[in-house]
Amino acid sequence: MIRAITGLLSGIVFGFGLALSGMMNPARVRGFLDLFGQWDPTLAFVMGGAILAMALAWLFQAQTDKPACASQYHLPDTKHIDGRLIGGAALFGIGWGLGGLCPGPGIASLATQFVPALIFVASMLLGMTFFRLWNRG
Amino acid sequence: MLPGFPHAQPIEGFLGGLLIGLAAAIMLLGLGRIAGISGLFARAAGIGGSGAKQSIAILFILGLIAGAALFSFTMGPIEANFPPDMLWLIPAGLLVGFGTRLGSGCTSGHGVCGMSRLSRRSIVATLTFMITGFATVAIVNALGGSWS
Repeated sequence: MIRAITGLLSGIVFGFGLALSGMMNPARVRGFLDLFGQWDPTLAFVMGGAILAMALAWLFQAQTDKPACASQYHLPDTKHIDGRLIGGAALFGIGWGLGGLCPGPGIASLATQFVPALIFVASMLLGMTFFRLWNRG
Repeated sequence: MLPGFPHAQPIEGFLGGLLIGLAAAIMLLGLGRIAGISGLFARAAGIGGSGAKQSIAILFILGLIAGAALFSFTMGPIEANFPPDMLWLIPAGLLVGFGTRLGSGCTSGHGVCGMSRLSRRSIVATLTFMITGFATVAIVNALGGSWS
């Protein structure tokens, strides 16, 4: 029960923060990516705030043996760089530039901009399904 | 607010960013997991390879939507301008979905959680998707597909 509440709370705070940050506006995200046009640096401030808060969390994490509500940490590898990482990130960036949406704002927008958000999220789900089929060979 | 950038919202952006970081900290220090939205969404949909329990992933995703709804109820409408043609959202979503699974993360997992941990993998991924994002917008604009 406490784990369920923790997961839900993390999501709520994330969604509220995204809305406050302006990143639920695809035109603003696109403005950040429009480096050679009317550049909008807001996204850099969002990343700065998020990385600052999360860097403190990592410092705290290093002092602990296990998380508060689970038996152990499940943390991804930080070093291995391969074609999948770079190719995947490259494709993601193209989609991000086309729509001005990454997964978080796309999903959160289901609350406020249902039709466009649904078009994006359904397409994203389809893309993830293609990946799963392709990855299985 | 920011000299030279009349449309920027540095304060709202920074405060919203702090909340996003707090949310990721709750996930890390509470449940021992990375708050990577592409991974949690795939997990919630039952098409993710590994990660948090499906029920937790579903609650996180529902919370994400509820958090945005809560903001619009309490603070007012959320400004949002989409592409001039909604059909653009289809290739955008397909590429975001396929790419984030292949590259094991998006702006939240690599950009926020990984970069703040100085993960070499995440720094390379973030630089890569920013570069292709910049290039995509520049090319679309050059082809006359500007949004404004």
